[in-house]
Amino acid sequence: MSQVTIKLEDKEIYVYEGQIYIPNKYAAGTIGSKVLINIRDKKKLLGMRCPECNKVYFPARQTCVECFGLLDEYVEVSDKGTVMTYTMCNESTIAQPVDTPIYAVIQLDGADTGFVHMLGGVEPEKISIGMRVKALFREKEDRRGSVLDIRYFKPL
Amino acid sequence: MADRVAICSAGQTKYSPDRCDVREGDLAYEAIRQVLDETGLTLSDVDSAVTTSQDFWDGRTISSMNIQAVVGAHLSHEDKVAEDGLNAVFAATAQILSGHVDVVLVVSHMKESQAEKALIENAAMEATYLRELGLDFLSTAALQAKRYMYKYGITAEQCAKVAVQNRANAKNNPLAQAPMDITVEDVLSSKILSTPIRALDAKPVSDGACAMILTSGKRAKKITKKPVYVMGISNCYEAHSPGERELADCNALTIAANKAYKMAGIKNPLKDIDVVELSEEYSYQQLMWLEGLGFCGKGEGGAFMDSGRTKMGGKIPVNPSGGMLSGKPNQVSGLAAAAECVLQIRGQAGDRQVKGAKVGLAHGMTGMCGQHQCVMILGK
Repeated sequence: MSQVTIKLEDKEIYVYEGQIYIPNKYAAGTIGSKVLINIRDKKKLLGMRCPECNKVYFPARQTCVECFGLLDEYVEVSDKGTVMTYTMCNESTIAQPVDTPIYAVIQLDGADTGFVHMLGGVEPEKISIGMRVKALFREKEDRRGSVLDIRYFKPL
Repeated sequence: MADRVAICSAGQTKYSPDRCDVREGDLAYEAIRQVLDETGLTLSDVDSAVTTSQDFWDGRTISSMNIQAVVGAHLSHEDKVAEDGLNAVFAATAQILSGHVDVVLVVSHMKESQAEKALIENAAMEATYLRELGLDFLSTAALQAKRYMYKYGITAEQCAKVAVQNRANAKNNPLAQAPMDITVEDVLSSKILSTPIRALDAKPVSDGACAMILTSGKRAKKITKKPVYVMGISNCYEAHSPGERELADCNALTIAANKAYKMAGIKNPLKDIDVVELSEEYSYQQLMWLEGLGFCGKGEGGAFMDSGRTKMGGKIPVNPSGGMLSGKPNQVSGLAAAAECVLQIRGQAGDRQVKGAKVGLAHGMTGMCGQHQCVMILGK
């Protein structure tokens, strides 16, 4: 365990570095698996329509937030969409998949909800809300069943 | 409410960027000692303790054990509730109204200095679709700020005014961590963290604790000459994903506020409330929260700020303590907001006293883009 000793006025304070390391498993569930496998194998984006309120969720989910309906009607949404908001990170964290990502909420054509992902292949100053973008998928051999199988969204 | 619930005492530590000289329990002790000393109670008089702390921030999967001894929870009753300290007040209020518990100690502690903020926040993300993107509460707040400013034409200057005003207010609060004499220009030229949020638009890393003694209204009269009553309190959650809600609006806050207003008999918040203490992790949030609380209409937060009504001496002073931007930890912030309202309503707020303050609003929030919102109305 590494340690740092801090001098605080006349006291010597002992501070040590530690971490909790606990591996975890996360089930994507039947619906999440189908979404991720369709991205991986077919570059298809599956949403879910609520039969009660007709709202289309992308990514697909099992229950409607609005009416608590149990959903089972998959609908394919477009890989093209509109930027609803975005941000350019100026500093990186180790959780981020790329350095200084540009995050965006993108409403895909055919979906009523926003998809949070990244923008790329664009000069930062040219990004605007309302901009039309298209998903850039990774090559088939690099796709592993993850939202990161989409590298980023690029301008249309 | 069925009966009255009173705050008999509220205590806070000074907020500090790094309290490496104390462990979590010792930090909480500083606030708890104040409320026991003021009320003359001992831990054996306390029927129940309700605490808030967060396991990831404490680096311990049972963070309440860090404060077990100092809240009297050895062979006694303690509940830890999630989210902001105001949620603990909500739970304490319900316990007292049950009639089975008379004296409740509420405690919230946090040492942000010891943890990795961005990683803890990333771990809060839904695991299948959001977490792998590396999002945290800064980048998602930036998505919200951008959407809010775009939808309603809110300017960076209007957000910067919040950062300036709150830190100037903090100069009159001896407990504040980071009072500052800064200008709008200073804010707009500070380093970009994640567009459009700059360093001075964000709160600093902060350590601190807050404690409160709540009792039935009847018991309070025997304990203090200056009880402050819980007039109304409620909370509400937004959808988790930033894609599944309109980020430019804070509907959960409006719902929480309207429930608290109804309990408290508040018809017109701008007229009926004298002082407001908010939890604003980023400057734009103060404008947004004022809209959500009904002090102005949707999209009018910037103009409301420009009008000067939220200044000290204005129609509705907001964050006389300096708010979160002047340094208050997550989890503690809402409880600290209530503690400031107690001081204001008692007339004990020193140089930052809002003249004749009778009714206060305390606000707490936690989560990405203000997902969890809690509102309390306090009064004489």
